[in-house]
Amino acid sequence: MATLEETNAAIVEGDESLRRRDFINIAAVSFAGVGAVAVALPLINQMNPPADVLALASTEVDISKIAPGQAIKTSWRKQPVFVRNLTPQEVQQANAVPLSELRDPQTLAERTKPGKENWLITLGVCTHLGCVPLGVGEGENRGDYGGYFCPCHGSHYDTAARIRKGPAPLNLMVPEYAFSSDTVVSIG
Amino acid sequence: MSFAWAKPYEPKTELGRWIDDRLPLPRMVFNAVGGGYPVPRNLNYGWNFGVLSGIFLTIQIVTGIVLAMWYFASADGAFNSIEHIMRDVNAGWMMRYAHANGASFFFIVVYIHIFRGLYYGSYKAPREMVWMLGLVIYLLMMATAFMGYVLPWGQMSYWGAQVITGFFSAFPVVGEPIRVWLLGGFAPDQAALTRFFSLHYLLPFVIAGVVILHIWSLHIPGSSNPTGVEVKTEKDTLPFHPFYTAKDGWFAGAFLTIYAAVVFFGPNALGHPDNYIPANPLATPAHIVPEWYFWPFYAILRAFTVDFILPAKLWGVLAMFASILLLFFLPWLDKSPVRSGSYRPMFRIFFIILLVDVAILGWCGGSPATPFFVALSQIAAAYYFAHFLIILPLVSKFETTLPLPNSISESVLHGERAEAAPVGQSAPAN
Amino acid sequence: MGYLLAIPAVVLGFIKRLGWVASIGMLVGVGFAGVLTISLLVNLVGYFQAPPEPTAEEGFHRHPKELALKTDGPFGQFDRQQLQRGFQVYKEVCAGCHSLNLVSFRDLHQLGYNEAEVKAIANQWAIEVPSVNPETGEAATRKAIPSDKFPSPYANETAARAANNNALPPDLSLMAKARHDGPAYIYSLLTGYQAQPAKLLAEFPATKTPEGLHYNPYFANLNIAMPPPLTADGQVTYADQTPATVDQMAKDVSAFLLWTAEPNLQSRHKSGLAVLAFLIIATVLGYLSYRNIWAEAKRKVAPKGALDPENKVKRTRASKKAGIAG
Repeated sequence: MATLEETNAAIVEGDESLRRRDFINIAAVSFAGVGAVAVALPLINQMNPPADVLALASTEVDISKIAPGQAIKTSWRKQPVFVRNLTPQEVQQANAVPLSELRDPQTLAERTKPGKENWLITLGVCTHLGCVPLGVGEGENRGDYGGYFCPCHGSHYDTAARIRKGPAPLNLMVPEYAFSSDTVVSIG
Repeated sequence: MSFAWAKPYEPKTELGRWIDDRLPLPRMVFNAVGGGYPVPRNLNYGWNFGVLSGIFLTIQIVTGIVLAMWYFASADGAFNSIEHIMRDVNAGWMMRYAHANGASFFFIVVYIHIFRGLYYGSYKAPREMVWMLGLVIYLLMMATAFMGYVLPWGQMSYWGAQVITGFFSAFPVVGEPIRVWLLGGFAPDQAALTRFFSLHYLLPFVIAGVVILHIWSLHIPGSSNPTGVEVKTEKDTLPFHPFYTAKDGWFAGAFLTIYAAVVFFGPNALGHPDNYIPANPLATPAHIVPEWYFWPFYAILRAFTVDFILPAKLWGVLAMFASILLLFFLPWLDKSPVRSGSYRPMFRIFFIILLVDVAILGWCGGSPATPFFVALSQIAAAYYFAHFLIILPLVSKFETTLPLPNSISESVLHGERAEAAPVGQSAPAN
Repeated sequence: MGYLLAIPAVVLGFIKRLGWVASIGMLVGVGFAGVLTISLLVNLVGYFQAPPEPTAEEGFHRHPKELALKTDGPFGQFDRQQLQRGFQVYKEVCAGCHSLNLVSFRDLHQLGYNEAEVKAIANQWAIEVPSVNPETGEAATRKAIPSDKFPSPYANETAARAANNNALPPDLSLMAKARHDGPAYIYSLLTGYQAQPAKLLAEFPATKTPEGLHYNPYFANLNIAMPPPLTADGQVTYADQTPATVDQMAKDVSAFLLWTAEPNLQSRHKSGLAVLAFLIIATVLGYLSYRNIWAEAKRKVAPKGALDPENKVKRTRASKKAGIAG
């Protein structure tokens, strides 16, 4: 049987130089392995968002046309964003809730910009499993707490878009935004 | 499996045994490309191109799957989606250049593989099936490459689709309806692009399937070798692993270095600039050529310029198809009992002429159809057909071959440099 | 008659000797080779009876001039100063007619502009981006933002042709890859405008440049619809004080268009060098490993197979002998 085993046996009985040459085989195979990993990296990385998608990371919204009590739905990074102009009653309602009653305790002030507390800007993505809650359009179901209601699995959000009832774990997320002027908000 | 001394597969671990009893896949791999496949010990580097073709098929499938994640098969969006890949997708330019040049290198490797087979008589009994399955792979590759070239929807893509589907219109009565059916319209458009994309994605997997058959049929008689003398005893062979895995491994590294040099430093050298112009159905490029690997066939197509019984166009199309199909009959055209060209002096001369001839055909196919190139391609195409259909059958009847070595190991013994050379012929005292 | 009857017998004998496949093959081969020979003869006769007329393009079309750029060669990198100058030429000279519809304003970061500068360039771009009036839904335009592509100067192809004497100014994004010797071609074309040579008019009187076209030997058919865009030194005032000669402007805009066509050239060169270095080391290691593994198999002196353990003693003896001889 002329096989590898005999070759190896010869090498094992042989002197140091043979064993050192065996190291070459291990080095070559490990190098090929490193190469395979190096090739895999760009193949995996390509699935990340491309440059044009990342460039759309900010969007500007004109809020001059939103009357108190109204809300609009706009889009940021292809996700819905709710911009709501809260009425004084809604602000009051939100501030009246003790934090201890909340699943994800946050005050309305923490969720808005100072001096602009009537402008509630949140992602329109339910924190449960990603549906779009109702409550923006006229006459839509706004849930038991007068904010938003997610019809998929029945999560109720209050007037500050905080989770009050149902399976969602967190309040509707507030994206990063800034007021470019009194009527224009830049999101992202 | 066909050799009595082939090392049997023995699972080394308990888990290995458990798997082997239920799904003997490791056993299959071991017997195919592992220590269980005895290979003639005298193979030269011409035999490395089989494994290399497999490597390039893998490169094409992997990069292709990645590109398909970003490509839109839309007549309006295809061109821009490719530029999106080139500009904005992470490492997208690398994937796309690797895929586009991978096609060229796949063909380089396969052409060397084919010509190696032609020289060493690898198509002869008992390996006819290996040869014919190889030709099926080659035909599938051509179809896949053509449809892939259409996908960027540049000027050459569009006019390539127009011209190649136009072949079918050469056939009387059924031709035009077939062309319209292939395109799903009267000119290449959305329907053609979408179906080409679908088939371009499908065919590589069909190729992979036929590759398995190709290897399967090869393992029945075992690999041929530079002497063409069949393996007789265990001394004539070495186990595939580690000997040929090591040889294939380092050679693949060397070849991939050349490939990488082109991908990173000359990625458009093998392509045509016109394919960076979006498809325009109203204007043909001044000088329309296919990709380089189709040039010899394109030259044969254009060489027929005179209506003689049949229209010139039909002659061209028939000849182009015939130039590939005739290779299927090669085992029965060349019936010389000696396989290797090294022992067939007359065959070797004509083989060298054939190499030059195909190179000339390629040169003609890539050049504009001036009177000089048309005349040259007519001579070269005539030789191409004469070589396979007239010269080869006659040579195999009348040539005096050189004495063969008694066995592979004997040929190996008379000197490394002359391994493949005839006994006593060109074995220099080294 | 007797001879005629013998023919089938001879043919049959021939077929028998060659085999059916080869016999049919020979017929097919003679057929194709014959038709090719006829084609060749007909062509040759035609060629000598009526040799093709030489064309003006054959004699007067010129290959692009040499153009050396910092991007040449495997170590080549972009010269950002030059790209900024080239961008300025595009903006002030080319952009009036030629779109750049695959390039976004945000890409200008790569030329060395910072966020605010890119925003300002987009905002002040002479052509606005088509949009929709949010009140009425009517077509409108708005100022560009960095994520926009460069807006096209014309609404559509018809408008472009109407404004340019029925010629279509091509998009320039890929121009440097869509022509042979791209950047050199652009440079040569921009600096190649000239009066039609007297020799050309003497040899081919019919090829006088038509009204509205311009003679340029670097253009495929010698007459280009684009009027000379770079006409005078100092047409553009460079921010970096480089003298704006016509030659310099042409070079700079060629370099810029190479960037628009191949923005990843720099990372391609860098990663290419790393990949090549890796592959070369891997190949050398693989080769050493191959030599190592084959060392046993290559020992030709063993008469009964190199790996045969029976021959070990003989092998050792033989290699010792070889060692002495060597």
